[in-house]
Amino acid sequence: MNHKYKHQGKSKPGEKLSRRKFLKTTAAVSALATLGGCGILKGEFFQKHFKTLTKADIKRIIQRLESEYERTYGKKFTVSAREPLTGTEFGYALDISRCIGCRRCVYACVAENNQSRHPQVHWIQVLEMEDEKGIDFIHSNLYYDHKEVPHEGHFYLPVSCQQCKNPPCVKACPVQATWQEPDGIVVVDYDWCIGCRCCMAACPYGARHFNWGKPKIPAEEINPNTHFLGNRPRNKGVVEKCTFCIQLVRDGRYPKCVEVCPVGARKFGNLLDPDSEIRYILKNKRVLVLKEDLNTQPKFFYFFAT
Amino acid sequence: MLKFFIRWVILTLGLAVMLDFPFAFSNNRVSDQEKKVQISSQKRGNDIQVPLPPFSEGIFPCSECHGEMETNPQRRELDAHEDIVLKHDEQNRWCLDCHDAKNRDMLHLADGRLVDFKESYILCGQCHGPKLRDWRKGVHGRRTGFWNGQKKYLLCAHCHNPHAPRFKKMKPEPAPEKPGGSR
Repeated sequence: MNHKYKHQGKSKPGEKLSRRKFLKTTAAVSALATLGGCGILKGEFFQKHFKTLTKADIKRIIQRLESEYERTYGKKFTVSAREPLTGTEFGYALDISRCIGCRRCVYACVAENNQSRHPQVHWIQVLEMEDEKGIDFIHSNLYYDHKEVPHEGHFYLPVSCQQCKNPPCVKACPVQATWQEPDGIVVVDYDWCIGCRCCMAACPYGARHFNWGKPKIPAEEINPNTHFLGNRPRNKGVVEKCTFCIQLVRDGRYPKCVEVCPVGARKFGNLLDPDSEIRYILKNKRVLVLKEDLNTQPKFFYFFAT
Repeated sequence: MLKFFIRWVILTLGLAVMLDFPFAFSNNRVSDQEKKVQISSQKRGNDIQVPLPPFSEGIFPCSECHGEMETNPQRRELDAHEDIVLKHDEQNRWCLDCHDAKNRDMLHLADGRLVDFKESYILCGQCHGPKLRDWRKGVHGRRTGFWNGQKKYLLCAHCHNPHAPRFKKMKPEPAPEKPGGSR
């Protein structure tokens, strides 16, 4: 008669369900439901820091991400985790004498790198400066709105991540969610970032941006060609930044901003290759870096070709 | 055995000739031109690949109209080409300083050597030497393609109108939202 109660421990035969048993089961079930709902059981919660993941881990995570993105945006996604090419250290140069402040680079970057349209995130900020004041951040204007550019008596200074060789943001991160790759690109592990924004406070160039809300990107505008440490869709509460288009440059391509600049002011290449465009600029042109006195050692150079 | 050897030599030589002169077998006018350009490029020691020149529709070859016409080198108001407003050292320059009067489909350098439109950068570089030097290195002008491989170049004329080379002003993309506006 009692075989039903065989596994019920101390509960007495005849008693349907003890109070202790009921509470235990309820707690366990609700905990499981919560964990499952948060994706903990799917492995997201226990996902390790990117640098400690094995190749198999990365493959598994990428498969999960790809199917997740495909479900959200209705498009086939590729999330690459392509490693740095050996013998490369990327450098960038921008010709201040050519930039006309048209902001084509800003929006090409937004589209290529899946930045949130609302709330708005722009990795490139084009500052308008007065000829007479020279490079003067305090009096620069990010929100200029002229009918036509370049505006008389002004010049333009686009600022994005300077990919410092001595990056203060990396030192500021309390959980090491941001670091410099061997090819010089400073990247963020979006799954490891805790959103404390210490890196944003540490960056002297205002080049890091926080996702204050869940990023909104229309499905038809999403770029499905992504990199794990670059332009894959992000979540609310993480910091993001320019990666020199890591998804393109590790395939040998130019960053998007270089390709769209209508005046050809943007130059990119391998600092370790003596025949590269970037080395020619460093050797032959008048070059400057921003806030040199801070010893951040940017790999983003500004130059004057004329 | 000797027969085989001779046949092998003939075949190999034939193949080499075919591979070396792919244009030798085409009578097509365009590929003949391409051949000329390639040969002259090799002579000057550069292998820059550029897209076709940005001609207005129906304008090329020039000889189609000018072939029969008598050449008038006088500076004057033109009856045709109303769209061209010369704003490129216009005090000192006129059509035939760059366009060739005899060979209408070519340009010419200061020393009279003919230059194809596809190599017009050589012509521009006569005055704009440092720009040409930077352009060859990939520092002047827009590059697309691969930073460690094949780069796509553009001719000077793709960005600068040769008759009025200064860039026109353009409308900027919208300014970013001010903080607080989005929340």
